[in-house]
Amino acid sequence: MAEPSEEFTVSPNGLKTTALNETHRRLGARMIDFGGWEMPVQYPAGTIEEHLAVRRAVGIFDVSHMGELEVRGPQALDLVQHLTCNDASKLADGQIQYSALTLPNGAFVDDILVHRFASDHYFICVNASNTDKDFAWISSNAGGFEAEVANLSQNYSQLAVQGPQALPLLQALTSTALDEIRYYWFSTGTVAETACLITRTGYTGEDGFELYCDPSDTIKLWERILEAGQPYGILPCGLAARNTLRLEAKMALYGHEIDDQITVLEADLGWICKLDKPEFIGRDRLIAQRAEGVKRRLAGFEVIDKGIARDHYPVIIDDQEAGFVTSGSPAPYLKKNIGLAMLPIDKTAIGTRFQIDVRGRRLTAEVVATPFYRRPR
Amino acid sequence: MAANPENLHYTKDHEWILVAGETGTIGITHFAQNQLGDIVHVQLPRVGDSFSANDSFGEIESVKTFSELFIPVSGEVIEVNEALGETPEAVNNAPYGDGWMIKIKISNASELDRLLNSTEYEDFTASQGED
Repeated sequence: MAEPSEEFTVSPNGLKTTALNETHRRLGARMIDFGGWEMPVQYPAGTIEEHLAVRRAVGIFDVSHMGELEVRGPQALDLVQHLTCNDASKLADGQIQYSALTLPNGAFVDDILVHRFASDHYFICVNASNTDKDFAWISSNAGGFEAEVANLSQNYSQLAVQGPQALPLLQALTSTALDEIRYYWFSTGTVAETACLITRTGYTGEDGFELYCDPSDTIKLWERILEAGQPYGILPCGLAARNTLRLEAKMALYGHEIDDQITVLEADLGWICKLDKPEFIGRDRLIAQRAEGVKRRLAGFEVIDKGIARDHYPVIIDDQEAGFVTSGSPAPYLKKNIGLAMLPIDKTAIGTRFQIDVRGRRLTAEVVATPFYRRPR
Repeated sequence: MAANPENLHYTKDHEWILVAGETGTIGITHFAQNQLGDIVHVQLPRVGDSFSANDSFGEIESVKTFSELFIPVSGEVIEVNEALGETPEAVNNAPYGDGWMIKIKISNASELDRLLNSTEYEDFTASQGED
C-alpha cells in the first residue's frame, strides 16, 4: 500500500493548490477558492465556450482536488457494504459504481465512486470538500472490520477529459484499447508515457475518461493532452463549466442536491439505494421512509418567465414557501434556464408549475423530465 | 489587456459614463465584465425613468452570478440599448462600445466631479486584485 506523501502545497493566500496552479495562471484562468482549494473557475474562452466544447468536441478539467481513499483487507467488502447504500458485492474487478456514504438518518455523508480492484481492495473517489470528513467517518466506523483505510489524496492528481472526441484524442496517446473499457469500468495503463488509472467516468453527461496519475506527472500529462487535442478544438475547462455541464446531466452536487439532511430517496437517488442489502448505515430509516412515502423529492424544472433561478432560492406554492432550488443556472447547451428543486411530493409530476422567488420577483417554473440533456448514442 | 479609455469617468462600482454635452452614455467596465463572466441577461430600465446618483438602474446576470447596476450620476433615461436583449455577450466583447447600456440626460453636471478618471480607476482595480 502506498504511503501518504507530503502535505499539500499551499498558496500564499492559504489555499491548497494542485500541481497545475501555475499552468492555469499561465493559461489566463481566473482562480477562485473552492472548498479551500485554489481552482480555475474559467479560462479566457469563457464558461459558455468551455461548456459547448465539451458537448461538441472535448474539454479537459483539472480535478486534482478530488479525494482518493482506499479500503483494503480481508473484510474490505464488508466494510464498504456497511458504509454505503449501493451494493458493492455486484462489482467485478475493474468495475465502478456510483454510491453514497450514508448517515443513520438516511441522508448523505457524501456521494462517491467505488472502484473495485479486487475483493480485498477498493478505491473510492470522494468530493474535494468532504475528503477529510469522509476519511474520518470511514475510519471511525471501521472498528470490528478486518480492513485498513487510507487517505491517499496527496498521492494522486486527476484530469477529466470529456466529450465525444475524448476517446479518439486519448487513444492516440495510449496503447490501452480505450473502447474496451466500458462505461463505469477502469483499467491501469500509460497515457502520454504517464502511468495512469484510466476510468471511463465523468461529471458532464458526455463520454470521457478520468485519469489519475502521480502528482509529479500532472503537468506533462495535461500539456500532452492539450497539445494532442488542438486539432479537435480542445479547451481547458473550469469549475463554472463543470457545474453547468453536470446540471444539464442532472448530476448531484454535495451541499445542493445532497447533504446531511436530504435522504437518498428524497434526492431521487433510489436507484443507488439497495434496500434488500441486509445491512448498511441508514437502511432502517430509508426502509421506513419508503414505506411511509417520501414527503418531498428532487425534481428538474425549466424557468418559464424571463429570468434565472439560482441555488437556494425559495419555491413558492399558493403564496407560501414550500421548497427550495438546490441548483439553478442558465444551461449553455440547451439555451434555457434550468434547475433542480426540492418540492413537495405532490408537486413533482412533470408539467406542474410553481413559483420561485428570484430576489423579490416571482418567476414561474415548470417541472420537466430529467436529465435535461442526454448525449446521443 | 484593454486599457480603460481616458475620455470616460468611472465609479467604484465599475460603471463608466461617457459625457457629450448634457448626454451621458453608461455601461460597465472591462474589469466588471471579466469578473462576472459570460453575460446572459441584462435588465434595463425604460426611457423616461429617472434616477438619483448611485441608484440601482438595473441588473446584469452572468452564467454564475448577478449584480446590480448603479447609475454614476442623476438623470433621466433617454435611450436604452435594446440590442442587449438579443446579444448580451456584447457586454463581454465590447464593454465600452456595443455593450453600452443606457443614455441619460444628466441633471446635475457637478456630480461628475465625484467620479474617478481612468488612472484613478486603474489604481482602484489594481487594489481589488485581478482574481
